[in-house]
Amino acid sequence: MRHTITVTVENEFGVLSRVVGLFSGRGFNIDSLSVAETMDPTVSRMTIVTRGDDQIIEQITKQLNKLVNVIKVVDLTMGDYIGREMVLVKMNANEKTKAEILRLSEIFRGKIVDVSPSTYTIELTGDDGKIKAALELLQPLGIKEIVRTGRVAIQRGSVSA
Amino acid sequence: MKLTGAEILIECLKKEGVETIFGYPGGVVLNIYDVLYDSDIRHILVRHEQAAVHAADGFARATGKVGVALVTSGPGATNTITGLATAYMDSIPIVVISGQVPTGLIGNDAFQEADIVGITRPCTKHNFLVKDVADLARIMKEAFYIAASGRPGPVLVDLPKDVVVSSTKFSYPESVSLRGYNPNYEGHPGQIKKAVAAIMEAKKPLIYAGGGVILSNASAELTALAKKLDIPVTMTLMGLGGFPGSDPLSLGMLGMHGTYCANMAVTECDLLIAVGARFDDRVTGKVDEFAPGARIIHVDIDPTSISKNVKVDIPIVGDVKRVLAKWLELIDKENISGRDEEIKPWLDEIAGWRAHHTLSYEKTEEIKPQYVVEMLREVTGGDCIISTEVGQNQMWAAQFFTLDKPRCWLTSGGLGTMGYGFPAAIGAQAAFPGKTVIDIAGDGSIQMNIQELATVVQYKLPVKIAILNNRYLGMVRQWQELFYGKRYSHTVMDYAPDFVKLAEAYGALGLRATKPEEVREVIEKGLAHDGPVIMDFQVAREEGVYPMVPAGVALSKMLLA
Repeated sequence: MRHTITVTVENEFGVLSRVVGLFSGRGFNIDSLSVAETMDPTVSRMTIVTRGDDQIIEQITKQLNKLVNVIKVVDLTMGDYIGREMVLVKMNANEKTKAEILRLSEIFRGKIVDVSPSTYTIELTGDDGKIKAALELLQPLGIKEIVRTGRVAIQRGSVSA
Repeated sequence: MKLTGAEILIECLKKEGVETIFGYPGGVVLNIYDVLYDSDIRHILVRHEQAAVHAADGFARATGKVGVALVTSGPGATNTITGLATAYMDSIPIVVISGQVPTGLIGNDAFQEADIVGITRPCTKHNFLVKDVADLARIMKEAFYIAASGRPGPVLVDLPKDVVVSSTKFSYPESVSLRGYNPNYEGHPGQIKKAVAAIMEAKKPLIYAGGGVILSNASAELTALAKKLDIPVTMTLMGLGGFPGSDPLSLGMLGMHGTYCANMAVTECDLLIAVGARFDDRVTGKVDEFAPGARIIHVDIDPTSISKNVKVDIPIVGDVKRVLAKWLELIDKENISGRDEEIKPWLDEIAGWRAHHTLSYEKTEEIKPQYVVEMLREVTGGDCIISTEVGQNQMWAAQFFTLDKPRCWLTSGGLGTMGYGFPAAIGAQAAFPGKTVIDIAGDGSIQMNIQELATVVQYKLPVKIAILNNRYLGMVRQWQELFYGKRYSHTVMDYAPDFVKLAEAYGALGLRATKPEEVREVIEKGLAHDGPVIMDFQVAREEGVYPMVPAGVALSKMLLA
């Protein structure tokens, strides 16, 4: 099963490498990882999407907690949370497809952020389902390149992770 | 007053009560060595950095204090990896200080540069690169705290040359505050009660004690618990000495080369009380058939050790000593009259297994390695520190040298490091100059760090090395015999040095025994000698370590000989 885990870490030299090294060293899988500073500049937060059975996920959270620079580990999958990803999609755009690309972009509340004589670049944000659906529909129109941020996630309501 | 980084480092070591360090100088640590020259800290110059770390590790295991090693950058630092990984696997508190090229040159492939913080990340509990002299004192305080607290382990501090040279005001922090690091020592009260209830209910309880008992200094509590409730105790390789081996309740070691009695008891018990042990594959054999009918209590300071390999019924995250003390408190309130009668059938069953197959060996005209170990035990009366190398020598030492006290057994359990025993013995001997320290070695292992003979001679460390010399890489040969049709691929070690002459070349005493009747005399002579000794015992070549549970097989399916 896929799990979304947030890891709050001290913003110190080498922390990302410690976290990533833990996954590779112990044979755990990382589907996506995003990381940036929080409101407190001494603290960063990672969102890691990983997969495994209950025993593996338990080991992952325990092992992460064991790292000296890790402040907090929360497996969001256990509760209600919002997960989002941003994708930049560069489309081959010609006279036949331009209108359809614009229409699809609008339907998925995307933004055209760059235009050239032969391409449109769309910025799309959403959960897994939306991103997947949008890419499936855009595919036949000619995708040139995709960049994804990986998931970021936050718990719903007043609870803080 | 301002101090240089080098001076601050030495002051920090003094504040931590460090009296002895093991090391090897080099370019970027010259300023540190220059300050060391005038300090009261005793520095033992080893001949290879790997030995410095093993010596610090042996010092830590024998004393319970943090061991310290100091090395230079690049190759000096990379030579510490095996020592760090050894200490990491066995949870030994050491601090390794490595020199680094100046911060301005880091990343430029400077002379003797290595990304040691990157290299050691997976084999240290934590590591630091000190970028500013202003952080040095705090980092040293944190390094010692992290090494010794919670589940102990090695910490590396990398010190660039410019940090060592630059100056700042020295102030050593009183305490440590790390946001993400708060080991839990106490154990959950509810779980503790639940465990006591399970212990009181059990008809066939068994304690499975690991290295955590020794690391948390919990031998007294463990012994009190076992004796109070007549619970038999089996120990892991790392747990030996945690409970008196000669006590009638001791079943000896369990696992791959454990006793028949211990492995049968694990298979038949109805409650397994695991304390400070981590269910290593060398202990469990086939996991599905490990303690198949038992409820399992597991006490460990490290939450990641719990339910990692074996599913546990009552997990308790906490310090073994404190949890055992709480159990004893609760058990004191219980009515234990009539317990003798209740537990008797279980103890009788165990006595039956014990009688069925004891640790033994056939006596022949050749020297049997087991006999050498037995004689070492007899002559010393057990009053000594034993270190071992890795392989058959290690297993025979574990089986035949009955240990009654903790911190007298230095062996590389987790990583299985050949070449560990001799430098570890150096560390223990440096800590306890008056004690007998014996490295039980194989002819293969001893050659991995034999250069340290120079160190023991130079510092008058009277370490005794007992080589069980079978001119094979014995344990690998044993596996080849059992599982590879006796195809002894590259395990024959006929081209070894004359160990007696080698000892003499270094200025140590060399002794040899080729017949059983010479063994005792050589040991007595060796132990009586006031200096380092190599005792070369030419033992039966194809002797095997038994019992043996082949890897991945159930503990009850032992090869008895």
